[in-house]
Amino acid sequence: MAGKPKLHYPKGRGRMESVRWLLAAAGVEFEEEFIETKEDLEKLRSSESVNCLLNINLHQYNKRKMLNKNICFRIDMYVEGTTDLMGMIMYIPFQPAESKEKNLALIIERATARYFPVYEKALKDHGHGYLVGNKLSWADIHLLEAILMTEECKPDILSAFPLLQAFKGRISNIPTIKKFLQPGSQRKPVADEKFIARVKEIFSM
Amino acid sequence: MSGKPKLHYFNGRGRMESIRWLLAAAGVEFEECFLETRDDLLKLLKSGALLFQQVPMVEIDGIKMVQTRAIGNYIAAKYNLYGKDLKERALIDMYVEAIIDLDELFMSHPFQPADKKEQHLANIVDKATNRHFPVYEKVLKDHGQDFLVGNQLSRADVQLLEALLMAEECKPDILAKFPLLQSFKARISNVPTIKKFLQPGSQRKPPPQEKDLPKVLKIFN
Repeated sequence: MAGKPKLHYPKGRGRMESVRWLLAAAGVEFEEEFIETKEDLEKLRSSESVNCLLNINLHQYNKRKMLNKNICFRIDMYVEGTTDLMGMIMYIPFQPAESKEKNLALIIERATARYFPVYEKALKDHGHGYLVGNKLSWADIHLLEAILMTEECKPDILSAFPLLQAFKGRISNIPTIKKFLQPGSQRKPVADEKFIARVKEIFSM
Repeated sequence: MSGKPKLHYFNGRGRMESIRWLLAAAGVEFEECFLETRDDLLKLLKSGALLFQQVPMVEIDGIKMVQTRAIGNYIAAKYNLYGKDLKERALIDMYVEAIIDLDELFMSHPFQPADKKEQHLANIVDKATNRHFPVYEKVLKDHGQDFLVGNQLSRADVQLLEALLMAEECKPDILAKFPLLQSFKARISNVPTIKKFLQPGSQRKPPPQEKDLPKVLKIFN
């Protein structure tokens, strides 16, 4: 059974966005079934579909497909870093209003003092256009996603990172990714009030 | 240089425990370098050994590896605990990711303020018995095999056993409704490398205690 991957998630970025990026970058067409209400989620939970389960872990599945190596520790390390960073950003809308500013400041600090220096240095030391090996990997895609997300918090956040700026330009121009970055793609916008309210309702937060 | 993996962390479970379990299950001897004071951590930071300024860090095969998941993936792949193909890997990843979610709850328990502890425990028990354990019980029931994936020991089995034992530490009869998980627990505990790890004197760490908390907090500030 081939078939297109089918993503089950609310209509917004959340935890699924990295998977959308990965599939898009790999040039894999995918379908989406949006969870709109709590009932949708319940229906999904009680369905026994194996395909459903497989879809949830698609990013790991696709990660392996994009690589030739069995052991890809460096990619894993880099992706875990950007995951941590994006995780911080993802949770901001769900935190109490009074801590939002403090959390935003922490994100900016972590991005510029902990994470971006690592990737800037990796690009500098490595001397190739990609983070690992000499070809596009999940690490590059994930970093681009993280850069764009962080710029949404602070537009000039890459000011001290010339190599990351060049990286961003370069990776954004890869045809599959360029396509994903255009309006009308399956890329989701920043979480708005409506999305946050819906997620809270669906997941009983 | 001995060639054995070297684990850098404080002398407690935390995020390093799953790595200890994996190495032990794989029959790999390892050394440990414990962070006792904040100075120890600062020294490690200054040496540039921590890619994202965080531990766990494992020195293995000439690499200073960080990020728990990355370390776990590497060890699992290297020692054949990661299934035989992509689909098995995906299943193992799914199960392990969910276990990690559960582990995070267990790990955060000792750090809960006194007035929130009871509620927190109730929450862990609820998640474990209503969301996680039924899944593994069903997986074992459906295929009738001894191991979760691919009819051979994998990382998923090792991490599930770890989680089951941690759950029982919170509530001794937590597996009452899960007969297959009970027999799974006994079976996997008897795998020779794991049996050895479960014996006193091994590098397995005890449950976190209140009294250890101040020291740990001081290290990580």
